[in-house]
Amino acid sequence: MSEEKYEPVIGLEVHCELKTATKLWCACPNEFGGEPNTHICPICLGLPGTLPVLNRNAVEYAMWIGAALNCEIKPSKFHRKNYFYPDMPKDFQISQYDEPINVQGYLDLPTGIRIRIERAHIEEDTGKSSHLGKSGRIHASYGALVDYNRAGVPLVEIVSAPDIRSSEQAKDYVSELRAVLVATGATDGRMEEGSLRVDANVSVRKGPNAPFGTRCEIKNVNSLRSLVRAIEYEIKRQIEILEDGGRIVQQTRHFNEDTLSTVALRSKEEAQDYRYFPEPDLPPVSPLDTWINKVKQELPPLPSQRRAKVKETFGTAEDSQIITLVEQDLDGLFLDVVSRGADCEIALRRLLNEAASQIEAAKKLDAQDFAELIGMEKSGKLSATQCKAVLANMLEGGGSPMQIAASLGFEGMNSNELEEVITQIINDNPDAFERFKAGDEKVSQFFVGQVMKATKGKANGKAVIEFLEAKKS
Amino acid sequence: MKLSDKPLSAKEIAAGIKNKTFSATEIVRNSLSRIDKLDGDIHAFLAVTGDQALLRAKEIDEMVSKGEDPGILAGVPIGIKDNICTRKVATTCGSKILNEWKPPYDATVIEKLRSQGAIVVGKTNMDEFAMGSSTEHSAFGPTRNPHNINCVPGGSSGGSAASVASGMVPLALGSDTGGSIRQPAAFCGVVGLKPTYGLVSRYGLVAFASSLDQIGPFSRNVEDSVLLSNAIMGHDPLDSTSLDIETPPIKIDIDKGVKGLRIGIISEFLEGISPEISKAIELACKYLEEGGGQIESCSVPSVRQSLSAYYLIAPAEASSNLARFDGVRFGMRVDGKNAEEMMVNTRTAGFGNEVKRRIMLGTYALSAGYYDAYYGSAQKLRTLVIRDFKSAYQKFDVLLSPTTPTTAFEIGAKVDDPLTMYLSDVCTIPTNLAGHPAISVPFGHDSKGLPIGLQVLAPALKDNLTLRVAKYLESAVEKANV
Repeated sequence: MSEEKYEPVIGLEVHCELKTATKLWCACPNEFGGEPNTHICPICLGLPGTLPVLNRNAVEYAMWIGAALNCEIKPSKFHRKNYFYPDMPKDFQISQYDEPINVQGYLDLPTGIRIRIERAHIEEDTGKSSHLGKSGRIHASYGALVDYNRAGVPLVEIVSAPDIRSSEQAKDYVSELRAVLVATGATDGRMEEGSLRVDANVSVRKGPNAPFGTRCEIKNVNSLRSLVRAIEYEIKRQIEILEDGGRIVQQTRHFNEDTLSTVALRSKEEAQDYRYFPEPDLPPVSPLDTWINKVKQELPPLPSQRRAKVKETFGTAEDSQIITLVEQDLDGLFLDVVSRGADCEIALRRLLNEAASQIEAAKKLDAQDFAELIGMEKSGKLSATQCKAVLANMLEGGGSPMQIAASLGFEGMNSNELEEVITQIINDNPDAFERFKAGDEKVSQFFVGQVMKATKGKANGKAVIEFLEAKKS
Repeated sequence: MKLSDKPLSAKEIAAGIKNKTFSATEIVRNSLSRIDKLDGDIHAFLAVTGDQALLRAKEIDEMVSKGEDPGILAGVPIGIKDNICTRKVATTCGSKILNEWKPPYDATVIEKLRSQGAIVVGKTNMDEFAMGSSTEHSAFGPTRNPHNINCVPGGSSGGSAASVASGMVPLALGSDTGGSIRQPAAFCGVVGLKPTYGLVSRYGLVAFASSLDQIGPFSRNVEDSVLLSNAIMGHDPLDSTSLDIETPPIKIDIDKGVKGLRIGIISEFLEGISPEISKAIELACKYLEEGGGQIESCSVPSVRQSLSAYYLIAPAEASSNLARFDGVRFGMRVDGKNAEEMMVNTRTAGFGNEVKRRIMLGTYALSAGYYDAYYGSAQKLRTLVIRDFKSAYQKFDVLLSPTTPTTAFEIGAKVDDPLTMYLSDVCTIPTNLAGHPAISVPFGHDSKGLPIGLQVLAPALKDNLTLRVAKYLESAVEKANV
């Protein structure tokens, strides 16, 4: 059996919660968490007689997303998607059907691959059911509780074309999409809180020119790692069936985090007829061109543009470093300190190695102070170790790197004192010094270590080497 | 039943309370005692909120004594159709499934009425979820026609029509999806207006067919209809289909008569109507011509298919609107092994047959593979109706027709024959499809003493024109009887 002769075809549906202050149809707060059923009102509970009123900000956020994904932003309509479920207050979901607000866009991945976006439409979220019973699943439960805090939270569903060809590419797509969505400010993109949720449509075919195979939709993918695993499991499952001479049945499958496998939820024959029809309680949404243009103009720089900017400034940086820098939202600080004369390489290293572990604090760093610190490392005033220690202090409470270095005793180790210490150590270790003179580079580290020990880390490693070199002759 | 003691109009009550001729408390007591006396036979009310009404009356009286103006409906008792939400007062929609559900909020119209001094005295009977033309489909027993208790009051707002016709209240609110205000108004001999779609907020009206539903007034004369219209109309930010226009008070020109008005008689609606109603139309034409109106026959061809289109669109929307009655959050719940079974059990036990029939019709009309043939075609026909009316209104200012093909029928006569029942709305349905205003105004009686109603139709936002022509016809009948 050869997996090589099969090509996976993957399309992703990403649901993204918009971070509007209020819900999509009512004035209830749109906040994650909270005691169950505290962010509710007659409207988001779907009580008889209530009507939806569209949140203008949700439309604007959806337009930001459309613009960021290079979509055409169009006059659109709401439809009702009818199905019975206890966490769906009205027993229908207001969504967009054949006239979504954003159509035909694309997303370029950092690898250079372009994934087409078919649509990005507005819809409402449901409540959350928790099933009582051992399994916590709907089967074998003896009852259910429903929290409607999430009911009516605005969502944008982004549907990709079936352009994705591997689980890794799927991961790249979701990472890049998430970065774009967060950059627009429309969402916080927290997968762990469910504000970004992914469904994957997976099929396999025999080679890139064969017609698409029958697809399965995989639900309950809660992290990038799960996404990769779920897709890989599903590809393998489908290939095995085909190799055994079987046929793929179109169905919706649930990814089980514990077994790392997918199980069938319902097949196409059992698929619901949603009986879509135009929502009579809402007029069509036709954003004026002036509004659309304003959104496009005010769109903040997107990750791809930001990466290009870093690349332009520091051409020899690795792509993966640049991607991380932008992902951590530290590219702005990087460009700022570099423009103040800081060394690109050291600045990038300190940002990715040290600052990235404390992103929030790092974003608050004063660019001038940070540039000064990088300058001190570059000039040799501070060793790398010392620079890290000063940076750690700056991240804790800010302050001038000079003062921090002084307070740590990193300065005041003048050349005379250093020379004295080094001379003493050379005298104590004549054999080692002979080997150093003979060209054994490794021994230099021994001396640096000894000097550091003697000076309690105050010495600058670079300066120690320079002295040693000088003593050779 | 005698209706000889002529009860006061809303206008007379508000004026009398404001100038202290009588108190709101006296008026409410009168209303409550009349309900007490008559409603055992008529069954117009599902609930009477006497204690709350008397408390409110006391507040109104205090306002008046302090020299404050309680509003244009100061102290006027009003009946509210039971599909309009009233805070902490059971709102049943004539259905068992709501299980005496008490809404946590007031409909926008209720707030508007309160701010104008009106006093809600009770919730009126109706066909379950407003689906019916006789009020026989109420889960709580039928309402009877005050003019003949063996006859239906019409429907679905039969309780509201009967409460006003019997003088229990001067005013009532109904809702009209395919004629549910105008048809019972005609059967009970009162004035009933279906306003332009979007003029009255639907927030708090339990939806039947959202694109057709409109709340409107019942009254015993046209002037009171104007009064109540002015109290309830206006933009509501809670209803996205509410028109965001300034609604001028409707009254300025209703006394101007019909001189110079071009009035079309819809020829399609004269087919198959009872001879006595046909005569009423002829007489109305005579009066209108005497008043200077120009009468001509007018054809609106697509009204013939309106009934079919309506019975696809309304059930389709209803099938979705009524999905929320699932036993999960409010109302009746019949348990089951799991959530799905609980929902099925609840809906099976809670809904009546007519509601189930329409949910099934609507579900079918929206199903994959049938949508285009049914719902899609019906929407196209709806566009056609709008176009036909538009071209009619290029030639005419208003259109006139009977409100119903017959006068009130006997209880039980049509209840087992849905199609015949549906036909009693044939003249009223096209207006809802077009979103236009139309009014039913009493115009004499047939040989059995049952009221005849005539319908005046006008283009969107010309509600005042329907009232103006209705006012003229009302005066003409009064003069003729004197």
